[in-house]
Amino acid sequence: MLQYIIRRLLVAIPVLFGILLVTFVLARMIPGDPCKAILGEKATVEVCERFARDHGLDQPIVVQFGIYAKDILRADFGESIRFSRPVSQILVERLPMTIELAVGGLLLAILIGVPLGIISAMRHNTGTDVATMVVANIGISMPVFWLGLMLAYLFALVLKGTPFWLPPSGRLSAGLVSVPFYEAWSWQLAPGTTWTKFLEFISNHFVFNALITGNWKILKDAVQHLILPVFALCTIPMAIIARMTRSSLLEVLGRDYIRTARAKGAIERRVLIGHALRNALLPVVTILGLQMGGLLSGAVLTETVFGLAGVGRMLFEAITARDYPIIQAFTVVIAVCYMLINLIVDVSYAFLDPKVRLD
Amino acid sequence: MMSLKGAADSLSDGIDEQWLQTKPISLWKTTLRRLLRRKTGIVGLILIGFMMTMAIGAPAFAPYDPEQVLIGKEKVRKREAPCIHLLGCPSERPQHLMGIDGNFRDQLSRVIYGARVSLSIGFTTVLFAFFGGTILGAIAAYWGGWLDNLIMRIMDVILGFPSLLLAIAIVAVLGPGIRNALFAISIVTLPAYARVMRASVLSIKEMDYVAASQALGASRLRILLTRIVPNALTPIVVLSTLGIASAILDAAGLSFLGLGAQPPTPEWGTMLGAERNQVFSAPHLVFFPGLAIMLTVLGFNLLGDGLRDALDPRLNH
Repeated sequence: MLQYIIRRLLVAIPVLFGILLVTFVLARMIPGDPCKAILGEKATVEVCERFARDHGLDQPIVVQFGIYAKDILRADFGESIRFSRPVSQILVERLPMTIELAVGGLLLAILIGVPLGIISAMRHNTGTDVATMVVANIGISMPVFWLGLMLAYLFALVLKGTPFWLPPSGRLSAGLVSVPFYEAWSWQLAPGTTWTKFLEFISNHFVFNALITGNWKILKDAVQHLILPVFALCTIPMAIIARMTRSSLLEVLGRDYIRTARAKGAIERRVLIGHALRNALLPVVTILGLQMGGLLSGAVLTETVFGLAGVGRMLFEAITARDYPIIQAFTVVIAVCYMLINLIVDVSYAFLDPKVRLD
Repeated sequence: MMSLKGAADSLSDGIDEQWLQTKPISLWKTTLRRLLRRKTGIVGLILIGFMMTMAIGAPAFAPYDPEQVLIGKEKVRKREAPCIHLLGCPSERPQHLMGIDGNFRDQLSRVIYGARVSLSIGFTTVLFAFFGGTILGAIAAYWGGWLDNLIMRIMDVILGFPSLLLAIAIVAVLGPGIRNALFAISIVTLPAYARVMRASVLSIKEMDYVAASQALGASRLRILLTRIVPNALTPIVVLSTLGIASAILDAAGLSFLGLGAQPPTPEWGTMLGAERNQVFSAPHLVFFPGLAIMLTVLGFNLLGDGLRDALDPRLNH
């Protein structure tokens, strides 16, 4: 097992190098002068020269890549050209939003998708099965941004004044502030240290922070704000999971060991949960990792629709503003997260299925 | 002992001559027959047929030019709600089934013309990814060795990025516009085709008929092009059909962000993006383009599903 994990990690290294190279090259290829984009069209030659010197842009491109790769590996992402602030600080502020969105989306997709798939497979070829699969097909075909806008219209405007009203944008209602748990518990922290940044990063997950500090008002408000974007984001993975669960379960239910279990006189529920589902869910686990990529892509659109300050939206804005450090750092972080998730999925697959020979 | 000729004669006695002369049914004919027996396939074909009719006959179906500004020509208000005479809209007002957009244009005409843009995006992207992916995957699998490693590691790097994010980055480099968006989506979808093609070629490479061709002295290229690739196409055809669906969705996403088709091109994603802040005051301007995207994508998804089932020999037909 350990050998497998190490080998899997080693394979990831060239891919990681490729990701670094691609982000670096892409960021450098974006047309336009970052100096003029940041300081304005009227920036003089001297000012731009100093700007290039300050940001290392006057070095040969290979040296720039060397500096970049070294910095990234030390988790030093440099300073945003546009905001003149450390990129790591911006990540600490923006990443939690996207994590809440993506994790919420994946959880909801599993919680609805798997049972839908099971029901559909159990009632194979009945009206329920057809209806579920029609819904799943429609779910796969819906553009995230359209569904988001339509949900916002329905829940924020049409249902205004009813208990079903939900906020159409933002993370918290105006006037509410999420107090970080370390402040609520009066911890003394030295500002600027990695440990403080890490705690700040954790506390920026508003739902988690409210949960551990027992601030139910903030918790309710944050969850309310998350419902619409999470639902819009989760429809496609949910539909894919439902279809996958259904087809995988149908295949397993036709196997000999299911017939054996039934012949032994096991009750249907036991056959389903103890024998069929355990085996049927393995392929579903594999696609969960792949769905994370879809969720991260969808996050750009969802964050745009719901006015959320996450990494997707930030990255999009950075690209239009040619803010190289942010583009590079955010793309690398997202790609590395995606790679790690798929690594975890691969390893967990080997844990779940004893038949998978690891070497 | 019976002579060889005698044995051959006695063997051929039992074979019906007429049966020998009947033409074998081709795989694609069987597939079409099976596809037409499945409801999902039929619904998919109907939806795609409908959208294609809209796209081809757009000038005939659309009541207005999609870029025509109606201000001064008709009494219309900006972002006016749909006016349908059958549903009680006064007959003295001009009929606009999907309302008027933010630039005083007829929304229905724009949605109809949008079918042209979206379908051509879907087909072009997939065509590019199909050829690129098929060639790369086939070369990687058939030649193997360092070439296989190189091609597949490049594909891994592309797959290492969430697709839309990479597409956004590529468009940012090349500049916004429909052609660059098409190119970006083709690049990010290419690895899927390469991987599927590689897997099929790897299994077909070991088949007896390939060995037979090798024994007959056929060149590597000839074997690849005439023996292996045609037999490895089945899964990639299914993938392409589903790929058109996701290409249309991704292109709409890019356009929604302002990176794809530029106004005044009547593209569904662009139309949605332009009016997204008006969703509370003019929901019809968001609803109809989105519905059109959904129905088109649904059509290709259903057809892809139907094709997959029809081509799967394991399923009992």
